[in-house]
Amino acid sequence: MSNRLAVEIAGLRLPNPTMLAAGVQGLSGASLREAIKNGTGAVVTKSMCLKPRIGYANPAVVQVSCGLLNAIGLPNPGARDFAEEIRELKKSGVSVPVIASVFGFSPQEFAETARILAGAGADAVELNVSCPHVKRTGSEIGQSPSLVAGVVERVKKVVDKPVIVKLSPNVSDIVEVAEAGVKAGADAVCAINTVRAMAIDAETAKPILANKIGGLSGPAVKPIGVRCVYEIYEAVKVPVIGCGGVATWRDAVEYILAGATAVQIGTAVASHGLGVFKSVSRGIESYLKKKGFRSVKEIVGSSHRR
Amino acid sequence: MSAHLTAANNMRTLKILSVKNETPTVKTFTFHDVLCAKAKPGQFVMVWIPGVDEVPMTLSAMGLGKDSSITVEKVGVATRALHKMKVGNLIGIRGPFGNSFTPTEGNVMIVGGGTGLTSLAPLAEKIADLDVEITFLLGAKSRGQLLFVDRVKTALSRVNGRVVAVTEDGSYGLKGLVTKPAEQLLAKEKFDMVYTCGPEQMMHRMFLLTERHKTPLQTSLERLMRCAIGLCGTCVLGRFRVCRDGPVFSSQQLREVKEEFGRFKRGFDGKRIPFK
Repeated sequence: MSNRLAVEIAGLRLPNPTMLAAGVQGLSGASLREAIKNGTGAVVTKSMCLKPRIGYANPAVVQVSCGLLNAIGLPNPGARDFAEEIRELKKSGVSVPVIASVFGFSPQEFAETARILAGAGADAVELNVSCPHVKRTGSEIGQSPSLVAGVVERVKKVVDKPVIVKLSPNVSDIVEVAEAGVKAGADAVCAINTVRAMAIDAETAKPILANKIGGLSGPAVKPIGVRCVYEIYEAVKVPVIGCGGVATWRDAVEYILAGATAVQIGTAVASHGLGVFKSVSRGIESYLKKKGFRSVKEIVGSSHRR
Repeated sequence: MSAHLTAANNMRTLKILSVKNETPTVKTFTFHDVLCAKAKPGQFVMVWIPGVDEVPMTLSAMGLGKDSSITVEKVGVATRALHKMKVGNLIGIRGPFGNSFTPTEGNVMIVGGGTGLTSLAPLAEKIADLDVEITFLLGAKSRGQLLFVDRVKTALSRVNGRVVAVTEDGSYGLKGLVTKPAEQLLAKEKFDMVYTCGPEQMMHRMFLLTERHKTPLQTSLERLMRCAIGLCGTCVLGRFRVCRDGPVFSSQQLREVKEEFGRFKRGFDGKRIPFK
């Protein structure tokens, strides 16, 4: 892959603008390494908190006609346990940034989790203030600009690595939340997490997800994500990472034209396999060549130009 | 993905067509599903017990024009709820998922323990159409828990076959662990392929034995699962996702994950749980 694809986010160097999204596979060092081997420009771990969580009962994932619904419930072995996976992964020599997704039930828990994982070698942390199906964290924080600012400030105090804040689309004004996060010190913004949604089985008249309500991802949410990135790009000066429904180079380019420096890919790992990272990268490269650009950076946000 | 995986991943709510008691703790439930009918031995489905849970289950029967089935041991909340279900009750099915056993010709050994027989019985039925000799070793704790003895005998009646039953308490067939006669046979004869499914320690023992005797092995592994489509990471084994890259693994793949295989699995929180 040429350096035409290389991008930088808050000092992190990505060989290409594709990232493994949080929540997908990243429950072990070996599974992250496998994603890297398949051409990701960076990987984000599953979201970690201080204490282990088993998540919700099954069904935790159900397919709907326009995407995938999940309510997995943020299962994780706890930051201290997972720190070992990060250490092993980093020791094995990885070529792309490893970003730890963290959450907590208070700003202190966010900060302590971030400190442990950054200490274990994570190159950056991504704050999950946008999971739509776990109470007292996630989007319950992400719906309030002041709560988001509180979490970012607290984490910035204890971590000297880049801090990305991942935002929820389940708000009336995502720009307000992005601005609050950036003002509090966030080095980059990621948009979007999943959209609150549910599915009911007609035959049994029962909600399918054990948690009843979950988050929608996949093709259905892409236009929402693109709109959010477009609006945030106009309002903040830090890099924006696009997420939601990216499966092809065209999806990625759309996000980049809206203002994203990189894109995260999650659901398409199921629908297109791990080869999706390379195929998206190759497609972006062909697009750049065809249009006469020397770097992907030249087209970031170019749909805003009049 | 295939478009195929997308189609398979749509949940179908289906009626239970029959329930058969296999042993005091194991029942077989049949249902009609076009996608499952096309499945291959070794593949699994996610079974939704509405309002209770969703669990991975190997298909114990499949075939064009036939009903498919799952064979379920009563071990936890989900399987207890399933055992209470009757003909006409509704279950949700996603799948079939995962890879399958690769059929081989020649001298074949099949080693099954407990409910591991659920994936091996349809395998034996399938390869019995090929040019094979089959030695099928079935293991269980005791006579009452032996699964599919008659089914396996019927399948093997079409070929040059041997059925060896082994119980830990000696109440039927040979006494002891099923890996013991397997070890003796491997020392005496050359096998072209060994297939195994059962408790992980048993499969791990078969791995060590087949490695020692330079015989290729295919194992069907079990891990906790959620999405079944390679996304959530619950079933990771080294670099593999058991739901997508497995559940059937070759000797070569098992060598890659020997730090994990037979040593630990992961809980729903991702923590390592050692095998005793």
